[in-house]
Amino acid sequence: MKKRSGLSWLGLCLGLVYFFLPLLATFLFSLHGKKGVLSFAAYERVFADPQFLKTFGFSLEMAVFTVLAGLALIVPTAIWIQLKVPKAKPLIEVLALMPFVIPPIILAFGLIRSYSKPPFALVSSPALLVAGYVIIAFPYIYRSVDAGLRAMDLRGLSEAAQSLGAGWPSLLFRVVLPNLRTALLSAVFLTFAIVIGELTLAVLLAWPAFGPYMALVGRDLAYEPAALAILSFAMTWGSIGLIQAISRGSPGQRSSLGGTH
Amino acid sequence: MSFAPSKEGREGARAARPLFGSGGGRLGARLRRIRPWAGLLPFLVFVSAFMLFPASSILVGSFQDKGGAFTTANFAHLFKPNIIASYIVTIRISAVTAALGGVLGFLIAYGITIGGLPKSLRSFMSTFSGVASNFAGVPLAFAFIATLGRVGLVTVLLRTIFGFELYGSGFNLYSFWGLSLTYIYFQIPLMVLIVTPALEGMKKEWREATESLGASSLQYWVHVGVPVLLPSILAALILLFGNAFGAYATAYALTGGLINIVPILIGAQIRGDVLHDPNLGYALALGMVIVMAASIVVYSWLQRISSRWVK
Repeated sequence: MKKRSGLSWLGLCLGLVYFFLPLLATFLFSLHGKKGVLSFAAYERVFADPQFLKTFGFSLEMAVFTVLAGLALIVPTAIWIQLKVPKAKPLIEVLALMPFVIPPIILAFGLIRSYSKPPFALVSSPALLVAGYVIIAFPYIYRSVDAGLRAMDLRGLSEAAQSLGAGWPSLLFRVVLPNLRTALLSAVFLTFAIVIGELTLAVLLAWPAFGPYMALVGRDLAYEPAALAILSFAMTWGSIGLIQAISRGSPGQRSSLGGTH
Repeated sequence: MSFAPSKEGREGARAARPLFGSGGGRLGARLRRIRPWAGLLPFLVFVSAFMLFPASSILVGSFQDKGGAFTTANFAHLFKPNIIASYIVTIRISAVTAALGGVLGFLIAYGITIGGLPKSLRSFMSTFSGVASNFAGVPLAFAFIATLGRVGLVTVLLRTIFGFELYGSGFNLYSFWGLSLTYIYFQIPLMVLIVTPALEGMKKEWREATESLGASSLQYWVHVGVPVLLPSILAALILLFGNAFGAYATAYALTGGLINIVPILIGAQIRGDVLHDPNLGYALALGMVIVMAASIVVYSWLQRISSRWVK
């Protein structure tokens, strides 16, 4: 294995430079908020703006609802298909590709046209925004769950569990979901990643979310946008790091992923 | 997509068949066959209400004029030179960023799974990719302005250290390559996140088996690795292409809506910035849906070829 890792290191280094160089540049740029000296003046002005916390809180709330609704809808469906209706697999594969045929800008267009007049005047409800976000996140959630399900021997595991007297709830919560932990986590990462910085749906459905707020700041100011970019990066880094730290503390993951049979 | 050992899958399906077909009369058998589908109902209702129905309303709208009467005039507008040019630029940006981001992303995902990089890097990189793929849209545009803009860090460094005028060489952050470089930033981590599960599904035993049979590394990749991974890689590349094709926020924040790409044009029609002709907007949207659908058809065709390989 050792002699083949050269290319891997090269790819990793290139990737890391690509990741970190813009971050470094943005950070240095953000320190120029006061003329002539390096300072955190731009950050102070960002925090002094009450709109900042308000819009970020709103987006975070939408992300939580999207994760809950998305997982509740998609995870049981994916497991059910794998176990009970393998014939539905091509159908859901096609549906999972649809959000790429219908990107957010087109989805927003369609949602506005469909739900702005009675009997379904949902356009002023945050539920429509969350519904749109679940649609956007659905392929990512489905794909990671499906990959996780494939990596384990679901049929064998469920037969084993049921022959030992497990019902559906304990099969789901004590056998399948613990084995899916890595897959579920990456689904959660992706959903948060998609929702918090989202601009298109939020701006076109007119919600005071974090994305539209940042765009507004970027239009009017010079150094505050750089500070906002660094802050939004740091905050998502923190929340995602936290999720990972919590999940690492619980037993019986990863090692059971590849070796179930 | 099937990278699980296909033999097991086939045995599973064979074992399942008698379960569904046995017992009861013909009606009972049919009921038994339909009942499992009822479990999919909540999901299907949701997807229909919030994806399929809104999308078909765009289809209907593209055939209507402002008064709601039937017309095909919206499509005539699609063949204006500036609109055709915008479709070409959008496709080029999507293809270039999917290819470059895909290669680099695959190398990283390969490295952290089976490429021999330290195990500790794996969870770091998967966490990092989750964050970095979020670093799209408005903040990403801000970051690239600070990096490659006219007073950006790299631009200034190139001038002061190497005496190289980036903007004198024809580069412009607010045009094709600038937008492409910016998109690649989120394409790489997205590729890492999408292909890592597939690479994790590659069993060490397969490699050991080929090696113990005397196969070289090249033979392993040609006969085992690539056929098993190809469907996942193609699927990932299509996702990257679609991701770039529909991207609105990054382009808008970076260029202020001045670059001539399809999502920007559609956004302008919805927001009423230019002509405010929603029906032309529907036609533009439909044109985009057609391009995306065509790429997905190519994808399924390629996938069928590679699934023949796997069997």
